[in-house]
Amino acid sequence: MQDGTEIRRTEFLATDDLQTLLDELQSQGYRTVGPTIDQGAIIYDEIESVDDLPRGWTDRQEAGKYRLEERDDDAFFGYVVGPHSWKRFLFPAAVTVATAERTDQGWQMRTPDHDAPRYAFLGVRACELAAMRVQDRVFLEGAFVDPIYQQRRDRAFIVAVNCTQAAATCFCTSMNTGPRCNSGFDLALTEISGGFIIESGSDDGDDILERLPTQPAEDALLDQAESARQQAVDQITKKMDTDGIRDLLMQNLDHPRWDDVATRCLSCTNCTMVCPTCFCSSVSEVSDLTGDHVERQRQWDSCFNIDFSYMNGGVVRNGIRSRYRQWLTHKLATWHDQFDTSGCVGCGRCITWCPVEIDLTEEVAAIRQSTTDKAPERTDEDDAP
Amino acid sequence: MTSAAACSATDPWLAHSVTIDRVIPETPGVATYDFVFTDDNVGGRYSFLPGQFNMLYLPGVGEVAISISGNPADRSKLPHTIRVAGNVTQELARLGEGGSLGLRGPFGASWPLADCAGMDVVLVAGGIGLAPLRPAIYDLLANRDRYGRLTLLYGSRTPAGLLYTDEYEQWRARGLDIQTTVDRTTDHWKGNVGVVTTLLERLTLPRPENTALMTCGPEVMMWYTIQSARECGFRDDNLYVSLERNMNCAVGLCGHCQFGPEFICKDGPVFRYDRVTSILKVDDL
Amino acid sequence: MKSPVEQTLPEIGTKKRLAVFKFASCDGCQLSLLDCEDELLAVADAVEIAYFLEATSRIAPGPYDVALVEGSITTPYDAERIQEVRRQASYLVTIGACATSGGIQSLKNWADHEDFLRCVYARPDYISTLETSTAIADHVAVDFELRGCPINRYQLIDVLKSLIAGRRPRTPSHSVCLDCKRRATVCVEVAQGLPCLGPVTHTGCGAICPAYDRGCYGCFGPAAQPNCDSLVAQYLDTGSTHEDLIPLLHNFNADAPEFRDAGNQIRQSAGLSTTGGRP
Repeated sequence: MQDGTEIRRTEFLATDDLQTLLDELQSQGYRTVGPTIDQGAIIYDEIESVDDLPRGWTDRQEAGKYRLEERDDDAFFGYVVGPHSWKRFLFPAAVTVATAERTDQGWQMRTPDHDAPRYAFLGVRACELAAMRVQDRVFLEGAFVDPIYQQRRDRAFIVAVNCTQAAATCFCTSMNTGPRCNSGFDLALTEISGGFIIESGSDDGDDILERLPTQPAEDALLDQAESARQQAVDQITKKMDTDGIRDLLMQNLDHPRWDDVATRCLSCTNCTMVCPTCFCSSVSEVSDLTGDHVERQRQWDSCFNIDFSYMNGGVVRNGIRSRYRQWLTHKLATWHDQFDTSGCVGCGRCITWCPVEIDLTEEVAAIRQSTTDKAPERTDEDDAP
Repeated sequence: MTSAAACSATDPWLAHSVTIDRVIPETPGVATYDFVFTDDNVGGRYSFLPGQFNMLYLPGVGEVAISISGNPADRSKLPHTIRVAGNVTQELARLGEGGSLGLRGPFGASWPLADCAGMDVVLVAGGIGLAPLRPAIYDLLANRDRYGRLTLLYGSRTPAGLLYTDEYEQWRARGLDIQTTVDRTTDHWKGNVGVVTTLLERLTLPRPENTALMTCGPEVMMWYTIQSARECGFRDDNLYVSLERNMNCAVGLCGHCQFGPEFICKDGPVFRYDRVTSILKVDDL
Repeated sequence: MKSPVEQTLPEIGTKKRLAVFKFASCDGCQLSLLDCEDELLAVADAVEIAYFLEATSRIAPGPYDVALVEGSITTPYDAERIQEVRRQASYLVTIGACATSGGIQSLKNWADHEDFLRCVYARPDYISTLETSTAIADHVAVDFELRGCPINRYQLIDVLKSLIAGRRPRTPSHSVCLDCKRRATVCVEVAQGLPCLGPVTHTGCGAICPAYDRGCYGCFGPAAQPNCDSLVAQYLDTGSTHEDLIPLLHNFNADAPEFRDAGNQIRQSAGLSTTGGRP
């Protein structure tokens, strides 16, 4: 596992040698997971070879819209982030957390021996590294540890990829999470013409790098990588003003904007499902016909579901207004109280994958705007009954 | 969090097998269930603090968070006072004595009894809200000389709904002033009628600024209790409430029980009032 | 359901008497029960099947502890019969889109049923039928609704297991989107621009259609608190037409109030009747 806080070694790996990286990882027993084209998108799935990568393809994203497009070059990593995030592999969508068996001595409860696969993730972006650190705080750094996440995270090998372009939905620069991968990886790639600048950030990364047919990273190549990375920075147009954002939201829990967004929000859970930091789950009982063998299955859940806040006597958040407010204030405000970090890494997935184009940066901006405007302009709508 | 928890910090989903040792009917629909651990070693390690809760697990049915209602000093018993409300509690009621189930815990923050040494203490309970306060009563009375005046104000919808009435005499004898009130009276009831806050307002408080208040009951009851207490001269940092939300994992990993910035399961259920003042007022949070 | 379910739940201990009734429907949901095979044997063991014409010709008189009702109300006779079923049943579960929201046959609610009769039957005067197809809940109190066209047999077994154990059945009410994401299906609306009812449709099917590159057509009916207005506005803004959206909403769950109203709004804006010409 990567523990690096600095880049240790920098080399150049030719395009034709990218396969050797996969080969090395596979020979060390890793299951290689990376970007691949499926269902009209670049998703993350197990890959065997570089042929599975979305070479020559890119993604065009805006609020509520994602389209694949062919590139005019044959870049391997010439896209941004897609519908999947790595949390699928670290915090599985469905997993058995415990079992119970009826015996003559009563119920015997066990927790399964999780033998998680050793994943090597190829193509982890800076915002996604940040998302992993956010989930580390949730699952590993509190009073209780999630053993499933812990094992998967410990075993994972991370090959980061520096973004060389940005989508219209990206705002990592506002959240200080990217686009440069500075730490939290074993290896990091920057794609340039003819190959990759490859950096190691951990002992495991050094070890793999050692085995690759790399060449020295000459200054001209490093310059090329730097300008490729700068291109991503330059392309980021979306901003979120995070100044005092916690208090801004928590002091505006009765703001009319929540009513406004409630007319648009579908409460469909898409934003929470694509979010790389959302961690809500529910455990339910799955029993066989006899009822003597029971599995407790944990599945991804969402604060947008009515049942999520169900208590004896009723539902606490019984309307879209309160559910959207819960999500946004948790993500951007109370996450700071709970985990000393924002829950948002600026990846923009919740914007792209919202079926009705809700953009959290606009929601925040609207609330901020109304509190800074001394005399908000009145419109005809304000007079409506 | 007690260090002696039977729940492992690294294996939070592991429930321990317990058996229902005894069922004591309390009020209509409410009974106290006393559990014993199947494994003596687990039972030997188990201890809890007043105000903490356990997750009671009925395989195939579900799991429910229930406050422990027993005496923390008595390691031979682990009572939980439970109202039949949903599938899990209904099944528990059906199981009866000898029934087997799982238990995870104890979880959550406790009543701040140690911080109240030298102070007067007022407990305000509504209905089944007395259950999470009973361990505090036992603890306060076991260390009676550490505190000043001890008062329990207890409201119930009906006289039949008052919990633990058999124990009042003993508690009074040991120095707890108990006042009860009911919403709806019956022919035999000679006591107070009305909401519990009226008891608080009528209470003579020699030093309200040095009196702690701990309350558990319906949220609206606690809200008015707190408002009355503030009017009576209590300090905000001496007021404590026990809150409830839907708990699923009980260890802060599932997100269900969030209440603003708080996870009820691990930051609560007991909160100092000034920590939750601003969010208690917000609807549907 | 807001009814005090605990009071109507069958008592535990005795063998429950189960009845399955059919109204206007294709029988597919009853077949789901027969399809359960292994599970069915266990169910058959745990209950007395007192009335289930699809499975057995043996008819035992009521009352019944649990009645499963399939189909919608389309004839005056059925409107009477459902009252009797309700009287005989301690706990009434509607199964499937027909019973819970009128079914595909409720498309006649937007047409002149006399026209239909003339088109289909040689002697329409022999046919006694209502102008509309309506959900069971429009006629009698329903204790639990199991959605789907057809129902999910595992949900059915789950509900029966709960009722046999004397527990209140619970099935999730979230949107299909959550299921798509759990199974790693990419959103067909966002990635392919297909109008999809997933965001407002009740879970239960396992999110099958989007996994095969087509939009959800809402066969499990509306999810809890669906925001159909927002979804319809979005689809109209992004290139879908009235012709696309009306049949999407007025479909297998056409008479589910949220889908009915959302479809009616589109019909109204397109100048189409929302009542089939009825006043």
